[in-house]
Amino acid sequence: MSTRGSGVNQQTPTVSNPELTTGPAVSTARGVPRFARLRDFTLIPVIIVLCVVGYLVDPIFLTSGNIINVLQQQTELSLLVLAEAVILISGKFDLSLESTIGLAPALAMVLIIPKNANGIGTDWPMWTAIPVCLAIGALIGAFNGFMILKFRLSAFIVTLGMLITLRGVQNGVTGGNSLSQVPAAYLYLGSANWAGVPLSIWICAVLFVIGIVLLGYFRHGRSVYAIGGNVDAAKAAGIRTDRVIWTVLIIGGVLAAFAGILLTGRLGADQASQGQNMIFTVFAASVIGGISLDGGKGTLFGALCGVLTLGLINNVLTLAHVSGNWLNAINGVIILAALVLSRITSGKAQD
Amino acid sequence: MTELGSAGTPLVAASGVTKRHGATLALNDAGIVIERGQTHALVGRNGAGKSTLVSILTGLNRADAGELRFDGTPPPPISDREGWQRLVACVYQKSTIIPSLSVAENLFLNRQSASGPISWRSMRRKAADLLEAYELDVDPKQLAEDLTVEQRQLVEIARALSLGARFVILDEPTAQLEGKAIERLFTRMRALRESGVTFLFISHHLQEVFDACDVVTVFRDAQHVLTEPVKDITPPQLVEAMTGEAAGESVGNNRPPTSADADVVLAARGLSLPGEYTDVDLTVQAGEVVGVAGVGGSGKVALAETLVGLRAATAGTVEIAGKARKAGSVPAALAAGLGFVPQDRHRQGLVPLLSVAENATMTITDRLGGGGFISPQRRRAVARAAIADLAIKTDGPDQPVSGLSGGNAQKVVLARALANKPKALVLISPTVGVDVRSRESLLEAVDEAAGRGTGVLVVSDEIEDLRVCDRVVVLFHGAVHAELAAGWSDRQLVAAMEGVDET
Repeated sequence: MSTRGSGVNQQTPTVSNPELTTGPAVSTARGVPRFARLRDFTLIPVIIVLCVVGYLVDPIFLTSGNIINVLQQQTELSLLVLAEAVILISGKFDLSLESTIGLAPALAMVLIIPKNANGIGTDWPMWTAIPVCLAIGALIGAFNGFMILKFRLSAFIVTLGMLITLRGVQNGVTGGNSLSQVPAAYLYLGSANWAGVPLSIWICAVLFVIGIVLLGYFRHGRSVYAIGGNVDAAKAAGIRTDRVIWTVLIIGGVLAAFAGILLTGRLGADQASQGQNMIFTVFAASVIGGISLDGGKGTLFGALCGVLTLGLINNVLTLAHVSGNWLNAINGVIILAALVLSRITSGKAQD
Repeated sequence: MTELGSAGTPLVAASGVTKRHGATLALNDAGIVIERGQTHALVGRNGAGKSTLVSILTGLNRADAGELRFDGTPPPPISDREGWQRLVACVYQKSTIIPSLSVAENLFLNRQSASGPISWRSMRRKAADLLEAYELDVDPKQLAEDLTVEQRQLVEIARALSLGARFVILDEPTAQLEGKAIERLFTRMRALRESGVTFLFISHHLQEVFDACDVVTVFRDAQHVLTEPVKDITPPQLVEAMTGEAAGESVGNNRPPTSADADVVLAARGLSLPGEYTDVDLTVQAGEVVGVAGVGGSGKVALAETLVGLRAATAGTVEIAGKARKAGSVPAALAAGLGFVPQDRHRQGLVPLLSVAENATMTITDRLGGGGFISPQRRRAVARAAIADLAIKTDGPDQPVSGLSGGNAQKVVLARALANKPKALVLISPTVGVDVRSRESLLEAVDEAAGRGTGVLVVSDEIEDLRVCDRVVVLFHGAVHAELAAGWSDRQLVAAMEGVDET
């Protein structure tokens, strides 16, 4: 116990094991990609099959125009899935994301646009559009965290209440109207093209890469897995579990708000129902992508594959001229089939 | 408190520690002094305050009053987890391993890298070195959920020591280990003690205290009772200190011998389950208590689980009350007149949030009313009878089982097994994690059931459990290796369990 009070933040050398005392991780060693686990690749064959089927249904499927179209339509969903996946891995829930995606841009817009365009007359400057929207997302996440962590309430019920509340606030503030005077910044983010590919796709790609790296290669990212896997063990290891969960929920809110910007910009308006029912798809994509509802398991790469799978299914069905009335039924069956498939291929019980 | 006369400041010194949990006094002016390099045993019945003391010594809980010193200096604040981790490590009964992460990551949890991105390769290499240094044959890449209990504990110990702690608390480490693994653990503890590691060892098995420890401290009713060198104390003295009364007669076999023509109530006929056991024949007569012993991997638990319908054998039949019945069906077994206590009471035996009454009557809900209706009065009446019969220490039939101590919870499981007045009773490890007194009353209840004509099968590692049996069947590598009539010696039993032939 002689090391006590020495104030050194390093581990005490173990006599029998000098290796442990070597300093920081050797940076030259290139790690094997974290996502290279079998479970994450179970959807790749599914995606390939979908591409083949899509091509057989209609050769247009494999044109770059169609693929880009599919990807762009999935951008907002993919950001929600990114947020939800991290929250699920930490062992929590956030249902309110689907209301945040509508409310955050709506609130930012009513502060800016004139009264005759359904604004509230505050006439805030245009530059506040993005920061205010993201700040609202952060506030919603922070409030969720406050309720869940300080009052020890179930995340499921708290965020269900928030889902209803936030949707109601949007209806109240906008009078149920669609906001169509969309700030230029939103329009740019939602519909600009860079190098022939929509900017929103670039943004999503970058955010997923950041997420994968953070969750795979950084201490704080790994602590999300530790907390979801066994919160007591994480605490015993010195992880500030509440702080991490709170951060994750805030990031989730911000991502949902940002998805709201992209969606509003792409559609050119924020309807009072923007995002409604999206949360079901978010959960379907996450679970198909291998994220456990019990926390601690799954990767963002897997979740991304889940989003792509759902997007391709939708596209193939559209190209096959499936009647719109039947779309949901078929979609649901395919989701169930995909779950069974991933359950069989992973060989483990679904959580 | 006895002074042990070692020179210098003790490594750990707690005095006057008091801790309340709501209305109950978990620790009442208690203390412990642990000298450097000791392997110090802490024993006491369930509820004596051991767990609370551990939580205070590891900095997870703050004492309401009292003083704690590590090497003469006060401990760091509760919020400084890293500071505590360098002082003291604890292998809890409840695992602090994260099952969904790899062994390597568990070893370096929250310190995967000093700063910046994690290099998985270098972390795995460091983990491999660490595992090698402690001679653990574990692949750092494998998921922690695939570890055995023994490997899991050793990984936790290795992690604790790699954090710099030289004081390790082992909270009932042997409860889930089989004989060989316990010996290996003791060998390791001795080796680590040589290198200067101090242990606080908590166990319900007094023999282990004598096998592995230098000094023993006894807690009773939230207070410190005594601290003595192990060599100066005898097992009966230890039991007396724990219970506050002289050790009673150990439960023996008080039943008249079973008559040879009593009905066979439970029988295995040529049972086989690949990988577990092969061609096992076994019979239990009415009023007979038969023990099944064997080391881990002998197939004894799988055999018992087959008899009760939790598993299905690939060959052979199970007969209950003289009739073969559907394989692998618990309802069929219960309907045929079988009661059983499963191996893991937390997982299979109890619904923690439901009351004592509901748990105890779960197998006989059909008899508590008609048409699916359950009469609360009748349920409570049945439960009160069970509470009285088994001396279950509880506030009453409506108390949730989660509030009971281990021994009393196990009695509720036994009550559930006995509730349908079974013709045959199968008990799997019935006294694991149960204190001395509770063990005695559990075994007495078994004895009484046999006296009423129930045929009992006791599957256990505990010599005390097997002592009440009329005969003990020993499994070795999935086959019946020996059968010992009552009156066997410990040495005979252990030899048979290890597959050694003695004449």
